[in-house]
Amino acid sequence: MAISPPHTSEALARRLETAFDVEFTFHKVDHLVDILAPLERDTQDFILGWVERIASTNIQVSYEFTRRVVEALDRLDRRVIEAWAVHAMDTYDSRGLHPALEVLLKVDDFLAHAHAHAAGAFFDEVKTVLANFLCGLSGRRLELKPGEQVYTDSEKLFLPNVTASMASEADNFLLCKAQVAFMWAQTRFGSCRTDFDAVFAGFADPARALAAFQALDGLRLEICLARELPGLWRDMQALSARHGDAALPPDWQAMARALAARPAAPESVLALLHDAYPLDPPARRVYHAALHPQAITEMRNARAAREKMLLRVKLAQLAEEHRESAEAQRPPEDTIKEQAQFKARQEGQGWELTLDDQPIAPPEDVKQLLTSISLDWGEIPPEMLTAAGDGEYDPALYEKKEKNPDDVWQGTYHEEGAHLYPEWDHARQHYRKNWCVLREIDLKPGDAAYVDGVAGKYRGLVKHLRRTFEAMRDESRLLKRQMQGDDVDVDALVEALAEARDGREMSDQLFMHMHRADRSMAVMFMVDMSGSTRGWINDAEREALVMLCESLEALGDRYAIYGFSGQTRKRCEIYRIKTFEQGYDAATRARIAGIAPQDYTRMGTAIRHLAKLLNEIDAKTKLLITLSDGKPDDYFDAYRGAYGIEDTRQALFEARRSGIHPYCITIDREAKEYLPHMYGHANWVEIDDVKKLPLKVADIYRRLTT
Amino acid sequence: MDSTRSSPESHLITREPYYERVGDEIDLFEAAYANGLPILLKGPTGCGKTRFMEYMAWRLKRPLITVSCHDDLTTSDLVGRYLVKGGETIWVDGPLTRAVRAGGICYLDEIVEARKDTMVVIHPLADDRRMMPIEKLGQLLQAPREFCLAISYNPGYQSVLKELKQSTRQRFVALSFDYPRPELEAKIIRHETGLDEAAAAKLLKLAEMTRNLKGNGLEEGASTRLLVHAGKLIARGIDARAACQGAVSRALTDDDDMVAAVNELIAALF
Repeated sequence: MAISPPHTSEALARRLETAFDVEFTFHKVDHLVDILAPLERDTQDFILGWVERIASTNIQVSYEFTRRVVEALDRLDRRVIEAWAVHAMDTYDSRGLHPALEVLLKVDDFLAHAHAHAAGAFFDEVKTVLANFLCGLSGRRLELKPGEQVYTDSEKLFLPNVTASMASEADNFLLCKAQVAFMWAQTRFGSCRTDFDAVFAGFADPARALAAFQALDGLRLEICLARELPGLWRDMQALSARHGDAALPPDWQAMARALAARPAAPESVLALLHDAYPLDPPARRVYHAALHPQAITEMRNARAAREKMLLRVKLAQLAEEHRESAEAQRPPEDTIKEQAQFKARQEGQGWELTLDDQPIAPPEDVKQLLTSISLDWGEIPPEMLTAAGDGEYDPALYEKKEKNPDDVWQGTYHEEGAHLYPEWDHARQHYRKNWCVLREIDLKPGDAAYVDGVAGKYRGLVKHLRRTFEAMRDESRLLKRQMQGDDVDVDALVEALAEARDGREMSDQLFMHMHRADRSMAVMFMVDMSGSTRGWINDAEREALVMLCESLEALGDRYAIYGFSGQTRKRCEIYRIKTFEQGYDAATRARIAGIAPQDYTRMGTAIRHLAKLLNEIDAKTKLLITLSDGKPDDYFDAYRGAYGIEDTRQALFEARRSGIHPYCITIDREAKEYLPHMYGHANWVEIDDVKKLPLKVADIYRRLTT
Repeated sequence: MDSTRSSPESHLITREPYYERVGDEIDLFEAAYANGLPILLKGPTGCGKTRFMEYMAWRLKRPLITVSCHDDLTTSDLVGRYLVKGGETIWVDGPLTRAVRAGGICYLDEIVEARKDTMVVIHPLADDRRMMPIEKLGQLLQAPREFCLAISYNPGYQSVLKELKQSTRQRFVALSFDYPRPELEAKIIRHETGLDEAAAAKLLKLAEMTRNLKGNGLEEGASTRLLVHAGKLIARGIDARAACQGAVSRALTDDDDMVAAVNELIAALF
């Protein structure tokens, strides 16, 4: 392959001037051209590619990037440069221009951390595996979170964004794993059970006492880990040696020997605390986590009341169920409700619950509560095993309520209770993380009589559709002339015998087989409720939905209908019209009637959310059908045009990868210019007459399921 | 085809299969058998249902005919069908009919996998009539005293489609199986693999860890069967981590992240 010659200075200047829009921004590109001109063509292309990608996000950021990239290129490999550029853009997305420029200006910081970026273990990369690893270890369900420091508050484990204390990538991952296991041990073996205030109160210097406690507890947990996870313990020792951790001083070795007698009990640490207090604490091992007594105590106090309440409420439910099943067997004599007193016993990792000496199998959530409480208390205090009385607790406290989206939305830019979705920026060739804020909203019902009106108006068509769909309903058929089957195909046998008599070879296809196709379909309709549907388009959509529902009810497939609209990335909205669980009842009919034009069409986010909902349904074939009237669009936003089309296309890719078949039904006459790009050539149809709409859907069904 | 089919006697189990009694399941089975009641075994995969059936067949000295049900299993697959042979049609008994005629034990494994209409054929056999109509022959077979019908199913797949109908399930005496208690499971692993106590304990711990992951990315935790597989590999001298990766993590799931996570658990233990 011939190596292309480098770009000329003129060509470079032209590209940079276009990228930076110099006519308006007045950026000087001459000195940038001087920097880039001597480079090889390949490097120039690499840099120009990123300059243009960043410029699509922000010109100033791109300009600063260009000024520094050559210097960085000497020291960093391209993978790191890319990470650097993406980090700058992410910072721009989440915190604005100045922090983003800061990222670029502090290139030296970035270079100083070059090692971290080349060999470090990134939180985002290790998170999935370690979270599952953690879940496999016993005990309370713990969460992994990114944080500034390695520590746990007894419910969340914090790991830094980049772990780079070790030389190689593999070792850094191992270090993360070791830290996670160490923090798990803190929760599992009672370190978090300690009443820190009381323990340290007796010492003149609480900070020194904390250090002594931490050192002792570290030793104790190491013994526990060596017993529980011997393989990991070997790795941890090797890791510590490679990191060059100092050996344990003799005094502390003696402490470790003393702890070995009862390592699982945190009390053994307290017993030695006074002896350890005067000693200088040993150097920390690389995998040790920090101890924040305050964070742990606060978390524990908050948890204690909550878990006590939850457990007692759950036990009350269990007692109720138990009583009901007991009453079913014998006549109800003693229906005096007394507070049931349970007994709990730990068996291995499981729990055994008994009520009046009768064993009751605890459900999973109760088991977890019991485990969590026993970690805090060492055992289950009996008062927590008393079932809650009627009205003892306010149900609002334990019933999980979804936040009312309207409340969350009111006035502020709250993202609480909403779904966050990424969005694809085609110019950047990268996702914008947590870019769109989406909420599910119940659609205000309209007049249910409207639906009957539509059904009446199109009575003939509905009848025809019903018949078509009913015919599709059972596709069982008798297959003749099969190699194997339930019965002899007499026609085939007679023919075969005649042929055999004739001296020809006898066929072996002599059987009949009943073929039965199991329909397993789930279909999701995504209805465009943007402002542009105002008028006859909205009517057409509603009428189409009515006929769809009538037909689908005949077919018996599961289906859901959602509307989508919104304004800007901070307010994407999904309207529930019919979920998979809801039937086609009066309420649903009223909601269909209530479909009304709203704002704009940010399609990608809606597709991501509905694909997620659809994927929760267990079905062989999953269809996502969009009823649309035009291109993706949003209020004064880049979403109009190529950006929106590319994001929608990417969202559809994601959906397809997860096993969903997307299809689009549009009434936009210009659809052929962009829909094939988004949906593929065969997966869309343009409609100009409402009557055709449900018929087309029947075609799609046939095509996808036969 | 006839030549390859075995006689009922060949289904007799002559050597005692290894089985550890978990609770009162053996007594229950025997009592049900003595009364001609059909039996339903339920429990997760690999916890010993099939082994239990082999053991009971050996104990009761009856031939055991096992049918693994699949979603294309038809009534004729169970009852029998006409085949064409040299210009003639001849009737061939299906496994269920053979078991009834021979007074054996018919074990329909994973019954919910079979089609709904197939299950109905066992209904008259499974109540006090104990009869089997063979429509195509116009015969009505009366099951002998020794005949026993047993089915198994795994209620763990939380799918509405894989539920057993009430009209079916209420004909059976149900025995519930689960992973054995830790001591017992360790004993089983030691017996089946020849591993020492420490190694068996580690395998057991691994099983617990994967069972913690059930519902959090894994459909099922590692079954006793998987542990035995891993143990056998280890006993053959395979490195413990490699053996568990092959027999446990990769057998449990295809999800790369999950495999990685289980591998990390394995590495932490061995």
